[in-house]
Amino acid sequence: MRRLLIVALLTLLAVPTAIAVEPDEIISDPALESRARALSKELRCMVCQNQSIDDSDAPLAHDLRVLVRERLQAGESDQQVIDFLVARYGEFVLLRPRFSWHTALLWFGPATILIIGAFGVLVLARRYRATRAAEQETLTAAEADRLSDILRGGRQ
Amino acid sequence: MIAEFGHYALVLAFALALVQASVPLAGARKNDPVLMAVAGPTALAQFCFIAFAFAALIICYVRSDFSVLNVFENSHSAKPLVYKLTGVWGNHEGSMLLWVFILSIFGALVALFGANLPARLKANVLAVQSSIAAAFLLFILITSNPFLRIPEAPFEGRDLNPVLQDPGLAIHPPLLYVGYVGLSISFSFAIAALIDGRIDAAWARWVRPWTLLAWIFLTLGIAMGSYWAYYTLGWGGWWFWDPVENASLVPWLAATALLHSALVMEKRDALKVWTILLALLTFSFSLIGTFLVRSGVLTSVHAFANDPTRGVFILGILALFIGGSLALFALRAPMLKQGGLFAPVSREGALVLNNLFLVSACATVFIGTVYPLALEALTGDKISVGAPFFNATFAPLFIPLLVVVPFGPLLAWKRGDLLGVAQRLVGAAAVAVIAVAVVFAMEGGGPILVPFAIGLALYVMAGALTEIVERTGLLRVPLATAFARAEGLPRSAWGAAFAHFGLGITLLGVIGETQWSLERIAELRPGQSISIRRYDLQFDGMATRQGPNYRDLAAHFTVRRHGDIVGVMEPAKRNFPSRATATSQTALMTRGVSQLYLSLGDANPDGSLAVRLYYKPLVLLIWFGALVMAIGGVLSLSDRRLRVGAPKPARSKAALSPAE
Repeated sequence: MRRLLIVALLTLLAVPTAIAVEPDEIISDPALESRARALSKELRCMVCQNQSIDDSDAPLAHDLRVLVRERLQAGESDQQVIDFLVARYGEFVLLRPRFSWHTALLWFGPATILIIGAFGVLVLARRYRATRAAEQETLTAAEADRLSDILRGGRQ
Repeated sequence: MIAEFGHYALVLAFALALVQASVPLAGARKNDPVLMAVAGPTALAQFCFIAFAFAALIICYVRSDFSVLNVFENSHSAKPLVYKLTGVWGNHEGSMLLWVFILSIFGALVALFGANLPARLKANVLAVQSSIAAAFLLFILITSNPFLRIPEAPFEGRDLNPVLQDPGLAIHPPLLYVGYVGLSISFSFAIAALIDGRIDAAWARWVRPWTLLAWIFLTLGIAMGSYWAYYTLGWGGWWFWDPVENASLVPWLAATALLHSALVMEKRDALKVWTILLALLTFSFSLIGTFLVRSGVLTSVHAFANDPTRGVFILGILALFIGGSLALFALRAPMLKQGGLFAPVSREGALVLNNLFLVSACATVFIGTVYPLALEALTGDKISVGAPFFNATFAPLFIPLLVVVPFGPLLAWKRGDLLGVAQRLVGAAAVAVIAVAVVFAMEGGGPILVPFAIGLALYVMAGALTEIVERTGLLRVPLATAFARAEGLPRSAWGAAFAHFGLGITLLGVIGETQWSLERIAELRPGQSISIRRYDLQFDGMATRQGPNYRDLAAHFTVRRHGDIVGVMEPAKRNFPSRATATSQTALMTRGVSQLYLSLGDANPDGSLAVRLYYKPLVLLIWFGALVMAIGGVLSLSDRRLRVGAPKPARSKAALSPAE
């Protein structure tokens, strides 16, 4: 069912079944075009469910793709284009959220869990060493000899 | 009347579920065998009633009984029979019914095959299992009744969403649900152990095969869904880091971790408390996935707030089962006996590392999925977390895991020899180095990470074979001897080798598709052609075809390679008059493990046609690898020690055969 929901929503949104990047959008300068494609993958089509404007065939995504290309052709840097879109649509347009106080937990979460887990593993390893050290203390040299005698005897 | 019978059967199943959730529990407390014995028959009866309700809904669909609201909204008399059947779970109410139906199958299986379980454990497990069933049956009866009637029956139904009229719907949801719901068994076993305050040997023996079974289905379900999206959505993507997909990936990662930690518990009696916690978390993630998808919260937090009945109900179920189970864990875990110890460098140690990385990866996906929802609910800030975030955080956690994978099966239990294992992996490392060099030479200036990624994939694959090659003595002893030994190897060793090999295959496919895909976007008139790699596709013209309940407008392309015709591709626009909607049917041509992928855009008034063409190298390996992983799971499941009740060391046939 999981995917069905997106699929269902996509169809509703994309009534004219066009493909994402349309032939007439492509600009002639290949370097600019590939920058536009890379940028498009980072930008969200705001009326779609979790789709980049590069993937979406919604009219809004088309408008945004054209807008990105216009600004790139006007000589703006990638960052300037992104800043412009964020100023216009808010941070919601970014598929990779900016690092700030309200996304700190998001960006640090995975590393934090890894570190906590690694700490747990270290504790486990220390416990093993401590137990082993304790075990070794309990066996005297004479006991060890006897034990090896018994073991050898058992084999024969 | 059949709908009313179905509805009534659900009510009876709910009543039985309440009995099953309480009486055996009381019996286990009082040590009353009669009360405990109630669990088995009620589990079977509950299964029968839910099966009856499910069959009733199927009959309503097959008969196109549009007086039933659910059938009216999701079916059409002209729809082919197979989509009438699959349409049963192509909607919210029906899919929830499928969910509890599968839950009741698992309950019945425990009742049937649990004869060798201690009576108290069995009673507790079935009681917990039934409490989940009771909660979801109540959810269906109150908020999602599929048997509601319309007072004046319409003549025709509204039809199933055309995108869902695909064979994928027949396979994907049932597979995924068996996976999701199958994880409830290890959850129920974990709760039962906590209730009893002890983990006995039977517990360890039961958890792994059941988790394995759920994992196999989850693996296949996710892979199938991924392929379905790939050929349906029309832009060639196979994984979108969509919350709906993540909702299935998170339990898969957790279940994979659980499989490995359960191995340590079963073989070495260690990591018991952790395994219990992981079993609880894994099913909790399943439940959260159900909540995310079924509550409507993903579409928009506001949509959820406007019609909160379903969402709040599932949220209540979540709070009850996740909160309750974790509270029980906090209460009882200190009482459980810690298991055996092991050196950091050992098979156990490697499996702990596996768990560390898998659980971190799982947490990453989980945080990324729920963070925007939580942030919006708490502060009103709207942010998006999409593919760029997940690619940037998931990969760094998965790469170290892939480096460790081949070490695991080669290390000895309890105390291993890291240097020795590294020496045995020299062959695999050599394969990787050669691959890096070859790819580097071929690429000549592409992204530097690509050759290393290919090298890593081949290292994982070669590493997976290392154990098999060593244990059979292949290349050292006569072939016949090696075969005899191969036959005698425990199935679980084969299972691990297959699963790890499959992981490498999938990785290879992922790299090939993401790094070497080619794309052409063009507008073509009849007679014009478009070329990609060594293929030329000539657009011959358009034709219409009439289907049972749709009309295709298909474009005919002749595909040539070096001038020789290799086939035709016919992507189409499919119009469904019943819903006045159209879908785009992509055309795929498989060449080895690579594919040509063609989808249609708009036709222009001047007769030209917009097309999107891809060459996707190695793309089929993504799903083929998942299939190999699942085969590994099946092999492992068929291992003797899982089929026989007691964990006896498997005596290899080869050791007894005269060939030795």
